[in-house]
Amino acid sequence: MLAYIARRLASTVLVMGIVAVFVFLLLHLSPGDPAAIIAGDNATGEQIAGIRKQLGLDDALPVQFYRWLAAVLHGDLGISIFSNEPVAKLISQRIEPTLSLALMTLLIAVTLAVSFGVVAAWKVGSWVDRSLMVVSVLGFSVPVFVVGYMLIYVFSISLRWLPVQGYSPIDQGFGPWIERLILPSIALGLAYVALIARITRTSMLEVLAEDYIRTANAKGVATRSVLLKHALKNAGVPIITVIGIGVALLIGGVVITETVFNIPGVGRLVVDAISKRDYPIIQGVILIFSGVYVLVNLLVDLSYTLLDPRIRY
Amino acid sequence: MSVIAAEPALIAAKPRSAQLRRFARRNPTIVAGGTILAIIAALAIAAPLFAGDAITMQPALRLRPPSEANWFGTDHLGRDVFARTVYGAQVSLFVGISVAAMSITGGLFIGLMSGYFRRVDAVVMRLMDGLMAIPAILLAIALVALTRTSVSTVIMAITIPEIPRVVRLVRAVVLSVREAPYVEAAIAGGTPTWKILARHILPNTIAPLIVQATYICASAILIEAALSFLGAGTPPEIPTWGNMIAQSRLFLSRAPWTIFCPGIALAMVVLAVNLLGDGLRDRLDPRLARRM
Repeated sequence: MLAYIARRLASTVLVMGIVAVFVFLLLHLSPGDPAAIIAGDNATGEQIAGIRKQLGLDDALPVQFYRWLAAVLHGDLGISIFSNEPVAKLISQRIEPTLSLALMTLLIAVTLAVSFGVVAAWKVGSWVDRSLMVVSVLGFSVPVFVVGYMLIYVFSISLRWLPVQGYSPIDQGFGPWIERLILPSIALGLAYVALIARITRTSMLEVLAEDYIRTANAKGVATRSVLLKHALKNAGVPIITVIGIGVALLIGGVVITETVFNIPGVGRLVVDAISKRDYPIIQGVILIFSGVYVLVNLLVDLSYTLLDPRIRY
Repeated sequence: MSVIAAEPALIAAKPRSAQLRRFARRNPTIVAGGTILAIIAALAIAAPLFAGDAITMQPALRLRPPSEANWFGTDHLGRDVFARTVYGAQVSLFVGISVAAMSITGGLFIGLMSGYFRRVDAVVMRLMDGLMAIPAILLAIALVALTRTSVSTVIMAITIPEIPRVVRLVRAVVLSVREAPYVEAAIAGGTPTWKILARHILPNTIAPLIVQATYICASAILIEAALSFLGAGTPPEIPTWGNMIAQSRLFLSRAPWTIFCPGIALAMVVLAVNLLGDGLRDRLDPRLARRM
C-alpha cells in the first residue's frame, strides 16, 4: 500500500512537471515575440524591450524555465503585466467566490445525481429512469451559459425570486451568500449531474443483479438499507472515479459561469486577462487549476482502498 | 429446401422504404440526430439564398421582438437575429467537423505509434497525461490569447486538448490487438511494420473512432461557443452563436430572444450530434455501449 502511494505520488509529481513545462512553453512556442504579443499592437520598441527585461526573455530557454519553476515552487507566480501586482496575490483575493461556487456545485450535483441514479436503477423503466435519460442528454448538450441565462431570466427577472447576479462574501451573512450561489451552482452542475447520475445508474444496475442483493432482499432487509448499504457502497468505485474526472468539467465551467453571473472569482480573473493579454495571470491560473484537478484525482485513486477493501496494491 | 431458397428472395423483395423504416425503428437515435443535423447543415449551406442580411446594422430597428419581418427579432444594433443564427450554424459546424477530423487524424497517428512501439509509448503517454491534466477550455483560452483570433486559431486551440483522448483510445485498441494471433502471424511472415499497422491494426480502430469523432465534434462546438462567449474565440464581427450571446448579454431582460435564439440553436445542434454519437456507439461498439 505504502509503495503504491509512493508510486502514485511520484507519477503525480511527474504529470505536474509536464504541465509546468507546457504552461511555460505556451508563451515561448507561440509564433512571434512573446513580449510583442503581450505589449499589444500599439506598443513602442521601448515598451517591448521593457517587457522583455521584466520577464527575463533575453536568457536561454532552460535558464528561464529553471528560474520560473523555482519561483513557482516558492509560491511566486510572477507579476501581472496589467496591474503590476503579484499573480499569487490576485488569485488568492479571488479564491473565495470560486471555491464557494465549486463546493456548492459539487454538493448539489453529487447529492442530486447519486439519488437520481440510485432511484433510476431501482425502478428501471419508470418515469424517474426515463427522465434521467432526458436530463443526461440535455445536460451534455445545453451549454452552461445558455442554462445560466435561462435560469436568470426565469427565476430572477420574471419571478424575481432570486438576485440577478453577483456575489456576496460569506462573512457578510449566510443568507445573501447562498441566495446568490443557487442559480450559478445549478447552471454549472447540470452537466456534472448528467455525468454522475448516468454512471451511478449503470453501476447500481450491475450491483443490483448480484446474488447477495437477492439474498438481502430474501431475508427481508429493508429496501432502503439494501439500496444504500449493500448496493451503493459496492457501486461506489466507478461513481467516485467519474466525480474525480468530472472536476475538469467543473473547472472549465467555473470560468464561464462566473462570467454569466458576474461572480468576481478566479475564472473572471482569467477572462479579464485574455483581452489584456496578461499572460502571467493566464499561466498562473492554468497551473493552479490543473494542480487541483491532478490532486483531486490522486485522492480519488487513493480512496479506492477505503471504499472497496478488496482492492489491494 | 424450398423454404430456405425462398428466404433471400423475400428479403430482396422488400421495398427500400420498408428497409429504411426498419433501420429507423432499430436505430431511432441515429435517425433523429442525423435528420436534425442534416436539416441544420442544409440551412447553413443554403444561408446566402434565403437567410437575408446578417451584418448590416439598422439602429432604428434595434431590439425589435420577433415579427413577420424579423422572425427571431433584431439585436441591439438592429441586425436580424434569424439571419445571424443561420449564419452562425456555418461556423459551428465547420469548427466541429474540422476539429473532429484533425484530432482524429493526429490522435490516430500518435496512438498507433505509441501502442505499437513500446519505447515511444512511455514518453508519449506521459506527455499526454500532462496535456490531459490541463482543463480543455483553459488550454484553448491560453492558445487563443497568444495568437491573433481567427477561426483557424480557434480550431487549432480546440484540437490540441482533444488529441490525448484520441491517442488513449487508439492505443488501447492497438494494445489489445497487437498480441492477436493474426498480428503475430503477420510479424512471423515478415510483413513490413507499416503494412501490419495499416492493414491489420488500423481497421480495428475505425468503429470506436467514428463514435469518438461525433463526441469530439459535439464538444468542439460547445467549446467554440464558450470561447466566443468569453471573448477568446472567433473575431466579434463574425456572427457565431457564442459571439451573439456575448454581445447581447446586457439585453437579457429587454430582448431575451437575442440570447435564447442562438442558445437554442446551439443546444439543438449539440443534442443532434450527441444523439447521433449515442446511436452509432450502440450500433458500432456494443461493448462500450454496455459500459455506459
